[in-house]
Amino acid sequence: MLLGITLITFVVMQLAPGDFLSEMRMNPVVSPERIEQMRHNFGLDQPKPVQYLRWLGGLLRGDFGYSFAFQIPVLDLIGTRVGNTLLLNVSAFLFAWVIAVPLGIYSALNNYRFGDHALTVGALLGISLPTFFTGLLGLYFAYETKWLPIGGMTSVEYDFMDPFGKMADVAWHLVLPVIILGLGGIAGLMRQMRANMLEVMEQDYVRTARSKGLAGGVVIWKHAVRNAINPLITLFGFALGGLLSGSAILENIIGWPGLGNLLLEAVQKKDLYVVMGSLVIGSIMLVTGNLISDLLLAYVDPRVRYD
Amino acid sequence: MTNRAPRGSKAAKAATSALHTLVEAPEVRAESPTRLAWRKLRRHRLAVSGGAVVLSLYFITIFAEFLAPYSLDYTERSKFLHPPTRIHLLDEDRRPSWPFVYGTLLVDPGLRRYQEDRTERYPLRFFAAGEPYRFAWVIPANIRLFGVEKPGHVFLMGTDQFGRDQFSRILYGGRVSMFIGIYALLLTLPIGVAYGAISGYFGRRVDDVMMRVAEIVMSFPEFYLLLALASVLPPQIPSSQRLMLIILILSFVGWGGLARVIRGMVLVLRELEYVQAAQAAGARVPYLLARHIIPNTASFLIVSASLGVPGAILGESGLSFLGLGIQEPDASWGKLLASANSIQTLTGSPWLLWPGAFIAAAIAGYNLLGDGLRDALDPRSRSGGGFGRSRRRRRA
Repeated sequence: MLLGITLITFVVMQLAPGDFLSEMRMNPVVSPERIEQMRHNFGLDQPKPVQYLRWLGGLLRGDFGYSFAFQIPVLDLIGTRVGNTLLLNVSAFLFAWVIAVPLGIYSALNNYRFGDHALTVGALLGISLPTFFTGLLGLYFAYETKWLPIGGMTSVEYDFMDPFGKMADVAWHLVLPVIILGLGGIAGLMRQMRANMLEVMEQDYVRTARSKGLAGGVVIWKHAVRNAINPLITLFGFALGGLLSGSAILENIIGWPGLGNLLLEAVQKKDLYVVMGSLVIGSIMLVTGNLISDLLLAYVDPRVRYD
Repeated sequence: MTNRAPRGSKAAKAATSALHTLVEAPEVRAESPTRLAWRKLRRHRLAVSGGAVVLSLYFITIFAEFLAPYSLDYTERSKFLHPPTRIHLLDEDRRPSWPFVYGTLLVDPGLRRYQEDRTERYPLRFFAAGEPYRFAWVIPANIRLFGVEKPGHVFLMGTDQFGRDQFSRILYGGRVSMFIGIYALLLTLPIGVAYGAISGYFGRRVDDVMMRVAEIVMSFPEFYLLLALASVLPPQIPSSQRLMLIILILSFVGWGGLARVIRGMVLVLRELEYVQAAQAAGARVPYLLARHIIPNTASFLIVSASLGVPGAILGESGLSFLGLGIQEPDASWGKLLASANSIQTLTGSPWLLWPGAFIAAAIAGYNLLGDGLRDALDPRSRSGGGFGRSRRRRRA
């Protein structure tokens, strides 16, 4: 699986005309000999399959290659960025869940009343807003009201803050992107939650619980919600993919130093190994997310068993 | 699964319909699934409004030349980042008058502040001659829906940093944005369907190998893969070729999920008796797939098509927004929105956000339509025809 991912990644990058050095060739200051030497250093003079195998071999040892542009190992470059991207995505994900699940329950319990209709329409419109649009709107809003910081992950004074202050500063910068990114997730999750709830509420065991005289709240929270939430967990992996994609553009707009932003820079500079590394890491995050959701499901729902 | 309604001969059909007009008996009326779905869809208010939004967007982009007051590359350098022109309905004495605009003067180049010049007055003219264009690429014409006499200007949604009329560019750019989804779909749908059908029909080893390949493509975060692929596009190629390559990329990223669902459906369908009967009768595989299996996935395909188009629109907008899609001087909504991607420009000229509103409208329209279609085509759906009735129909 991962092998396939790396192979596709490599083939895609080889399709690109020119490499990192073609830009340098245009530069009259850099001599041809120097370029040949660099070609050799980066291993670009080897045949393609050899390049691939060398890169793959390094990958297995945790060596993602060397960034042409930044002149440091790719892993160092990606490492910090992955953390930032995960921070953003996980926060957005939690935010979406915390908002979406109660809304979905409310919507299902007030089925076909005004509140339900309003929420359903709102959710459909919410899905439709692309992050790059909401991101710009959010920035404009932040600028006009001066309530929230405009972009970036840290303030200018960040380096002089104590650890606690640093955390607060990052959290403060997180607010806007998390809301923007979470917004798209809320809609999908809410609709799913609503559908699950509706289905569960019609089940026999809910009727049984009601008829044996349990209070409405107990029925809903203990019997219905706990069963309705299970399918949402399978959505976790799916939602993660959407979040990662959405955050790639958002990172660029608000200048969040994450993986998506790095990938974009690397793509523009034809920084081969950084692009490949980011793609591979991004895929690993997605696959891991799917794995976690499968494990979680088996944990919360004893009916699910993996052989 | 809903199967097609049995078809009688033409004469029999005519006879039954005549009978229905004579004896009003809605309970026994056998409606074809298509008509039933159509009726349900029309009762779905949200879907209808979504469809109306989508259709009107196609309308304005198709007739962009006529509706837009300026051409795609019309540039008025002295009026860069000009705010939307105010159209006055009252003259200086607050009396109603024919709509007109004032000329404007740049009073502060630093802050890009423009002021209306009350001495210059230009009445709005409808169906007047404007810049020449070719209607439907062939017929030369110069009639535009509205405009003002030069040197007056009417910028409904302001101008960009080069002084180009944003409203006109949105209309032209919509062509790329709105049609790219359809083109991508025309590629994705056949690939995904054929791939999924073959994989599901043959099963076993074939299925294993084909699904692993699809899963690999699916295991990339979609936009990351889009980015990497778009970076491969050589910068010097003409824009029409570039557009085609972008469509190719969008479909390459999008076919996996579709193929997987189709495969799952085919796995179930191939076990059904009528398929086995066809197999026993000696039907060849391509015929069997095309005639008996794929038509049964039609309702899913229609829904996924209407939900797939906005995905492609989003993909293209995102790429163009980041400068990897459509290149200047061509326009698409994503490309236009890109000019707002800097905090100074954005805060000084918020009207540059307009293209985003168009993207959102297009996607919302498609989503509403797709949602309604899903309800209408799903025989178990609860909305539209009402719960009780659809359930009875399923049993029948």
